[in-house]
Amino acid sequence: MPFDLLVLACLAYVIVLFLVAFMVERRAAGGVPRWLRSPAIYTLSLSVYCTAWTFYGAVGYAARSGLEFITIYLGPTIVFVGWWVLLRKLVRIAKTQRVTSIADLISSRYGKSSLLGVVVTVICVTAATPYIALQLQSVTLSFAVFASETPEGWALPDRAATAIWVAAGLALFTILFGTRNLDANEQHHGVVTAIAVEAVVKLVALLAVGIFVVWGLAGGPAAVLDRIEASSLAGWELKPDRWVGLTLLSAAAILCLPRMFQVLVVENADERHLATASWAFPLYLFLMSLFVVPIAVIGLERMPAGTNPDLFVLTLPLSEGRGDLAMLAFLGGFSSATSMVIVAAIALATMVSNHVVMPLVLAVGVRRGAEAGDLRRLVLLSRRFSIAGVMALGYAYYVLSGGSGALAAIGLIAFVGVAQILPAMLGALFWRGATRTGALAGLLTGFALWVYTLYLPSFGEGAVLSAAVFENGPLGIAALRPQALFGIAGMDPLIHATFWSLTLNTLAFLAGSLLSFPTPLERVQGAAFVNVFEQGGASQGWARGRAEPEDLLLMAQRVLGEDVALAFFQAAARGQGKDAYLPDITPDFLDALERRLSGSVGAATAHAMLVQITGGASVSVEDLMAVANETAQIMEYSARLEAQQDELTRTARQLRLANEKLTQLSVQKDAFLSQISHELRTPMTSIRAFSEILREGDMPSEMTVRYATIIHDEAIRLTRLLDDLLDLSVLEAGTVQLSLREARLADLVDRALQTAGSVRPERGFVIHRDLPAEDVQVFSDPDRLGQVFINIVSNSRKYCDAARPELRITVRRAGGRVQVDFIDNGSGIPKESQGLIFEKFARLTDQTRAGGAGLGLAICREIMANLGGSIDYLPGRGGAAFRVEFPQRLDRAAAAAGAAAGAG
Amino acid sequence: MSRPVPPLYVPEGTYRRRRLVDAARLLPALAVLMFLLPMLWSPENGQPATRSTVTDGIYLFVVWALIIAAAAALGTVLRRPPPAPRGPEA
Repeated sequence: MPFDLLVLACLAYVIVLFLVAFMVERRAAGGVPRWLRSPAIYTLSLSVYCTAWTFYGAVGYAARSGLEFITIYLGPTIVFVGWWVLLRKLVRIAKTQRVTSIADLISSRYGKSSLLGVVVTVICVTAATPYIALQLQSVTLSFAVFASETPEGWALPDRAATAIWVAAGLALFTILFGTRNLDANEQHHGVVTAIAVEAVVKLVALLAVGIFVVWGLAGGPAAVLDRIEASSLAGWELKPDRWVGLTLLSAAAILCLPRMFQVLVVENADERHLATASWAFPLYLFLMSLFVVPIAVIGLERMPAGTNPDLFVLTLPLSEGRGDLAMLAFLGGFSSATSMVIVAAIALATMVSNHVVMPLVLAVGVRRGAEAGDLRRLVLLSRRFSIAGVMALGYAYYVLSGGSGALAAIGLIAFVGVAQILPAMLGALFWRGATRTGALAGLLTGFALWVYTLYLPSFGEGAVLSAAVFENGPLGIAALRPQALFGIAGMDPLIHATFWSLTLNTLAFLAGSLLSFPTPLERVQGAAFVNVFEQGGASQGWARGRAEPEDLLLMAQRVLGEDVALAFFQAAARGQGKDAYLPDITPDFLDALERRLSGSVGAATAHAMLVQITGGASVSVEDLMAVANETAQIMEYSARLEAQQDELTRTARQLRLANEKLTQLSVQKDAFLSQISHELRTPMTSIRAFSEILREGDMPSEMTVRYATIIHDEAIRLTRLLDDLLDLSVLEAGTVQLSLREARLADLVDRALQTAGSVRPERGFVIHRDLPAEDVQVFSDPDRLGQVFINIVSNSRKYCDAARPELRITVRRAGGRVQVDFIDNGSGIPKESQGLIFEKFARLTDQTRAGGAGLGLAICREIMANLGGSIDYLPGRGGAAFRVEFPQRLDRAAAAAGAAAGAG
Repeated sequence: MSRPVPPLYVPEGTYRRRRLVDAARLLPALAVLMFLLPMLWSPENGQPATRSTVTDGIYLFVVWALIIAAAAALGTVLRRPPPAPRGPEA
C-alpha cells in the first residue's frame, strides 16, 4: 500500500470528523436535537477509555502475559454494573454543584479549596503526559508500519516529524471544538459526537480484524481454540497480586482519569443514561477484548519472530495481503489515539485554566477597570494555551523517552497516578468527616510516592534516578530504595508502587481527616455532597448578602458575557417577584450565582470571586449555629404542636365515645321505663276489670272464684315482676347478700332440671349429661347458681324449636374455675341478636309468653358477676349454647370486686 | 423532635423496585467474586506457571457475558422513574 494513499485516507477521515463536529455544533446552536442526548451517544463517548493502548497494546499484552490484559476491562465492568452505588451519586453531585472537572469536584467538596484544585490538576497533568505521549507513539508507529516495505522493518526516519504533525493537528481540532463554550455544563456536542463516531470506527475495525483472523486465517472458533492450545500461549501464569491490583487500578482509573470524568460525569446529559451505559459500556469492552487472544496467537504463529506484537492488529492483515483491512485497522487505532488525546486535552485544559490560571489572575487583581466578558476571553485563551501546552508536554515526553517501552507499561503508570485521587474522591462522596487537611495529606503522600517509586523509575535507570539510587537507595539508605520501600524487595514494581502509594495515601487521608477540624464551608459542602439524595441539593453556602447588586452584575458579566449575565439576573429578580433588572441579594441568589459561575470557572474560583465582592467569608460558624438553632427551635415547636394535636384528637375521641354511651344509656332508660309501664299495666288492667266485676256483686259463686283466681294470678305475676326488678337492682348495685356454702354441682343441675321440667311439660326433652364430670364440690351461693341454671334450662325448653329437642350439659374445670355449657339442638339465636339477649326486656320472640318479663338473662348475668364469674352465649355450637363460668371456690373479696365491676 | 417514621408496608411496586435496587447494589460484589475466583484454582501439580488459557478464557468471557446480561435486565427496569407515590430513598 502506498504511503501517500494512507496519508490521504487519514486526512479524509480527519476532515470527516471535522465536518461531523462542525455540523453538530451548528445544529446544537439552534436547540440540541434529541438524538444528541441519547444514551447510545453517551455510551459510545465513554469509549475514550479504550485508547490506542487498548487497540494495539492489548494484543501485545496478551502475547506477553496471557489473559492478564483482561483485568484492564474487568475493573470498569465492576464499576459500571455497580452504577447505582457510585456513579449515580457522582453524576447527581456533579449536576447539582455544576462540577467542571475532577479537580473541581475535590476542591468544591473540601471547602472550595484552591490549593486542592491545584494539587489534583498537577497530578492529572503529570499522569496524563506519558499517556498522551503513548498515543502519539502508537500513531507514529502505525504510520511507520505502512511506510516501510516490509512489515517488520518499521523504522521511519522522521518519526518525530510525524508525531509533531499529529500533535499539532489534534491541538487544532481540540481548540476549535473544545473551547467554544465556557460553561462546562453546556456540553461539547461536536466533540462528543465525533468521539462517538470514532468509537464505532474502532469497534468495527477491531471486530473486522478479529473476524478475519478467526474465520479467515484460523478456520472458525473451534480451530482457534485448538490453535491456542497448540501455541506458546496455551498456558499462562495468573499472578494473584497483579490480578487483584490491576483490576483495582482499572476500576479506580475509570473514575479518576480526567478524560473519563469529562465524558462520564461532565458531559452526562441525563442521569438515566447511566442505566443504559451500565451494561452497554461493559458490552463494548467485552467486544473489544473478545478477539485479542486469537489475534495474538495467530500473529505469533504467522509473523516472523521478533515482530512487535503490539502492532499485530495492523501487521497481520498487511502481511496477509489485506491492505483494506489494514487500513481500517489503522483508522481504528488512529481513532483510539485521537479521541483520547482530544478529551484528555479538554479536561486537562479546563482544570489548568480554572484551578491554576484563574486563581493567579484573581490574586494579581484585575478586579477594577474591567469590561464585560474580559474574564471570559481570558479563560478561553488560557484554555487554548493549556491545550497546546498539554500537547507539547506529551510530545516532549515522547521525544525524551525515545518512544520506547511497551505500550501497556506506560498506560499503567498513568493509572496508578490518577488512582491517588480515589481515596479523597470516595471520602468526598461517602464520608462527611473527610476534611481538606486529610485530602491534602493523602493526595500529596500518594503523589510523592507514585513519582518516586514508579514515575521517575519509568524513565529508566540513570535517566533521572541514578543506578546507585536503585541499588542502594538515596544517600545509601537501603530502606528507601524506590522499588523496595522499607526493605520489602521482590515485589512486582507496579504492584509495589500501587500498594505503598495507595495504602499510605489512604492512611494519611484518614489520619488527617480524623485529627483536623473542618471549616464551616467544608461542613456545608460535605453535607451537600454526602446527602445529595436526601436534600434538594442546594446547599446554604451564604448566610447573608452584603454586596451591591450592581457589583455582582458587573462581575458576572465579565465571566458570562453581557446578555447571559443580564438574563440570569433578570430571571432571578422575576423569581423574587420583582419587576426589575436587579434582584435582591439573598443567600439563595448568591448560591445560584455562585453555582452558575462555577460551571464556567470552577467552584473555587467562583467562590473566591464572590468573596471578593461581598467582602468577607461567606458563612461563619456563628451563622451556621444560628441556622441550626433556629431549625432546632422550629422543629421542637412543631413537635410540641404535634403532641398537642395528638392529645386533642385523643380527648375528642374519648368525649365522642362518652357521649355515645350516654345517649345509649338515655335511650335504654326510656325503653326500660316504657317496658316497665307496659309490663305493669297489662296485669293491672285485668285486675282492675275483674275487681270491678266483683264489686258489682250478684253473681254465681263459681264465677266469683274464677275471677278472684284470675286477680290472684295477675297479682302474683305483678309481684314476680317487681321481685325480679328488685332483685336486678340489688344485684346491679352489688349489695346482694350471698349465702356461701359447699354444694355438689350435680345436685344443682338435678334441681334445675327438675324445677324447669314444669315449663312446657308436654315436650319430651332428651338430656345428655356427664355425671362423673359433674361430681364437683363448689363453694359458692348454690341458690343463686341454681337460679341461673333453672333460667337457662327453662329458656331452652321454651325456645328450642327442634322436633326432637335435646339438651347437652358439659362440665369442665380449668385453673380453679368451673365451666358449665348448656347446648341444645335448636336453631339457636341469630347472630345479630346475640349481643342483645343479656339486656333487660330483650325478648326475641313472642311465640311463647311464659310469664317472664325478659329479665331472666339480665338477672343471670348480674348473678354471675356477683359470683365472680360470667355467662356468655357461645356462637357456632349448632344450637343455643350458653357457657356459665365461675370460680370453684369463691372468696368474698373477689366476689365483691366482681359485683362492683358488674354494677359499673 | 419527631422524624417522620418510614412506613412499614409499602405498595408492591415500591417494594419490588427497592429489591431491584438491592440487586443492583449486590451485582458489583458478585462480579468481584466471580472475577477473582480464578485465583483459587490452583495450577496442577502445584507448579507455579502454566494455567490453561482456553479454560480460563472461556470461564472469564462467559461470566462477563452473564454479568452484562444481568446488568442489562436491572438497568432496563431501573431506568424507568420510580412508581408514583415516592417513598424515601431505600
